[in-house]
Amino acid sequence: MNNILVTKEVTKHFGKHIALNKVSLEIPKNSIYGLLGPNGAGKTTLIRIINQITYPDSGSVFFDGKELMPEHIAQIGYLPEERGLYKSMKVGEQALYLAQLKGLSKAEAKKRLKYWFDRFEIGDWWNKKIQELSKGMAQKIQFIVTVLHEPKLLIFDEPFSGFDPINANIIKEEILNLKEKGASIIFSTHRMESVEELCEHIALIHESEKILDGKLSDIKKAYKNNIFNVGINTVSEEALLGELSQKFQIISSEINKNDQQLNFKIQLPETDSGEILTYLASKGNLNNFVETIPSANEIFIRTIQSNGVDE
Amino acid sequence: MSKLSLIIKREYLAKVRNKSFVVMTFLSPILMVGMVVLIAYLTKVNDSEKRVIALLNESDYFSNEFLTTEGTAFVHYNNITLEEAKDSTMHMGYSGLLYIPNETDLEKVTAHTFFYSKDSPSTTLVDRLELVFQERLRQRRLQNLGVTAKEYADMDAAFEINIAAFNGKENVKGVNEIKAFIGGAFGYLIMMFIIIYGGFVMRSVIEEKTSRIIEVIISSVKPFQLMLGKIIGTSLAGITQFVIWVISGGLLMLIAFSVLDIELSALSNGADLVASINPEVPTPDHSMQIYAQEILDIPWLLLIVFFLIYFMLGYLIYSSIYAAIGAAVDNETDTQQFIFPIIMPLMLAIYVGFFSVFSNPHGPIAVGFSIFPLTSPIVMLMRLPGGVGDGGVPLWQLITSIVLLIVTFIGIVWIAAKIYRVGILMYGKKPTYKELYKWLKY
Repeated sequence: MNNILVTKEVTKHFGKHIALNKVSLEIPKNSIYGLLGPNGAGKTTLIRIINQITYPDSGSVFFDGKELMPEHIAQIGYLPEERGLYKSMKVGEQALYLAQLKGLSKAEAKKRLKYWFDRFEIGDWWNKKIQELSKGMAQKIQFIVTVLHEPKLLIFDEPFSGFDPINANIIKEEILNLKEKGASIIFSTHRMESVEELCEHIALIHESEKILDGKLSDIKKAYKNNIFNVGINTVSEEALLGELSQKFQIISSEINKNDQQLNFKIQLPETDSGEILTYLASKGNLNNFVETIPSANEIFIRTIQSNGVDE
Repeated sequence: MSKLSLIIKREYLAKVRNKSFVVMTFLSPILMVGMVVLIAYLTKVNDSEKRVIALLNESDYFSNEFLTTEGTAFVHYNNITLEEAKDSTMHMGYSGLLYIPNETDLEKVTAHTFFYSKDSPSTTLVDRLELVFQERLRQRRLQNLGVTAKEYADMDAAFEINIAAFNGKENVKGVNEIKAFIGGAFGYLIMMFIIIYGGFVMRSVIEEKTSRIIEVIISSVKPFQLMLGKIIGTSLAGITQFVIWVISGGLLMLIAFSVLDIELSALSNGADLVASINPEVPTPDHSMQIYAQEILDIPWLLLIVFFLIYFMLGYLIYSSIYAAIGAAVDNETDTQQFIFPIIMPLMLAIYVGFFSVFSNPHGPIAVGFSIFPLTSPIVMLMRLPGGVGDGGVPLWQLITSIVLLIVTFIGIVWIAAKIYRVGILMYGKKPTYKELYKWLKY
C-alpha cells in the first residue's frame, strides 16, 4: 500500500448544496500533495472529512490502507486556514494542552516542545500570552503544535498566510524537512508558486468535483502545447523570420538590430523538434531553444476556464 | 488523562484564572455583606435617635398609657399652660408636644387632643399615638353598651382556625408559604446558576469561535466532547465561586456583625414596635412550635437529593442551549434574539412558582409547571418541601416530571450538539431559526 490516504467517491451535501461530488483521490506516501481549487470549491470540506470533523454522506476514506477511524486522529496533523489560539492562555501551557489532546503524554510533549522552541529560538516565549505575540509569532506556535505529535499525515491549509517572506521560507524548509523524515503532506493553497516549488502531485477541485489529478510533471507534459522560445544570432533576421512564418505559426517576435539577435515564440506541429533545430542551427548561432512548460498557475486557470465553459 | 478531563481542566483553569472572575469571586461577598451591614447600620442609627415627646395632660383620662419604649420617651408636663408647654418643648428640642385638654368626657377629650411639632411627625409615631386613643375609645364605647372591662379583654381573644391534614397531623396557616419559600430558594439558586454560568459557557464558545482556535481543537476531539467539557468545567468553576461566596460571605457577615455590634434583629425593628404597643397579643407559642415542627418535618434529605437531580438536569439542558447559541453566532450582540426564549421559561417558573405554588401547591398551574420540563427544576423544588406521597407531591407527578426532564435533556443535548457542531465552523452571518433547523440535518 503506497498511499497514505485514499478517498473513494466521497460525496457531501449541505442541505441542497453539494459540497463534494464523488471525489476520489489517492495521496501517495511520503510526498507533498497539492490540493488546489478556487474558493468554495470544496477543498475545506474534503479536508474536514479527512480530519473527521464532518462525515461524508456517501463514499469512504482509507487511511494507510484501513478505513478512517477516530483513532487515526492522533496520526494526522492539521493546520486549518481559519486558525488561532486561546488569546489569554500562555504559550507553553497552550502548546502542552493541544499536544495532550493529540494523545501525547505531558512529559513527552514538554520534551518535544523544547526541541521545537530551541529550533525556532523562541524559548523565552513560553510564559507569554498569545495576545502579547505578533501574528507571525503566533503562527509559528501554531505550526509547532500542528507537527508536534509527529503525525504520518500533515494537512496544511494555506500555511504561509500570515508569514513574512523570511519566516515563510523557514516554514517551507520545515515542511520539506518533515517530508524527508517520512511524513506525507497535503498542501492546500491558492499560491501557485509554492505549489510549483513543493508539490509532486496535485489534484484540482472545482465546483465540488475533482477535475484533474496526477503527478505535477505528468500534468505539465499533458498541458504543454509545443510552443518554443527561440533566440538566434543571424545577419538576416527579417529574411529568416519571413521564411519561418511561411512554414510555422510565429506567436510573437522581436528583433534586436544591435546584437543581430532574433527572439521569437513559435508554435511547432506535433512532430519531432529535431528537424527545425538543425534547420535553425544552419541559419545562425542558436543560443536559445526552450519549450515553454505551462506553469501550475496556467494549468489551474486553463482547466477551470475550460470546465466553466462546459456548463 | 482522557481528553474530556483535559478539556474540563483547561476550561476550569481558564475560568478561575480569569481576572474578572477572580475579582467577582472575592468582591461580591464583600459588596453584599457591605450592603447588608450598611443597611443594618443605617437602620440602627435611624432608630437610635430617641424621640422625646412632651405630654401635657390636663384631662383625667390617660395616666399611664404612654410608656417610654426603645425609640420614644415621654416627658410629662404638669401645671403649665399650653403656650408654656409649647415654648418649653421647642426650647428643649423635643420632637413634639401631645396636648390632651380637660373636657367633660372622653369623646370630647379625644376630639380636642392635638399633637404639635416643628416638622411633620412620622406616620409610625402618629399611628402609635392614635392607637392609644382608638383603644381607649373602643373600650369606653363598649362600656357604654354594657360591656365590662373584663368582658372586653376576653372578647378579642386570638382566634385561628385549626388546620389539619387528613392524617390528623396538625397544621398551621402559612406553612405552605414557608415550605414553598424554602423550595423556592433552591429553585432560585438553580435559576441564578443557569443564567450566570450558562452565559459563561456561551461566551466561552464565542471566544473559541472568534479566536479561530475551534477548528484546531475539533481536529483532535469530538465537538460533543468539547461542548461537554466546557459545560462541566465552567460549572465546576461556578460551584467553586458559589462555595467561596457562601463561606466568605458567611464569615464576613459574622465578623462584621460582631465588630459593629449590630444584631440582625435590628433589621426587624418594625415588629417590636407593634408588639410593644399591644402587649396583650398572645405570644404564638403553640403556632411557633408547629412551625418549627413543620420545618423539621420538611424532608430535607429528599429535598437535597432532588435538588441535585433537578439542578444537574436543568443546568445541563440550559447550558447546552447556551453553548448552541454561542456556536450559532459570531459575537455576543447577536445572542439577544436567542437568549430571550431561554430566559422566559426560567422567569415564568420563578414567578408562576412564587404566585401559584405559594397559594396552592397542588393547584393545576403548580402541577403543570412542575411537570413541564423547562420549568420543572424550579417549580417542582418549590413543591417538594411538602414531601412526596401523602399530603405532598403525588409520586406519579414526581416520576413523570423527572422522566420528562431526562427525555428533554437527551433531546435538547442532541439538538444542541448538532447546532454546536455545525455552528462552530460557520462564520460571518447571523443565523435565523430556519437556518438552525436546517443545520440539524447536516
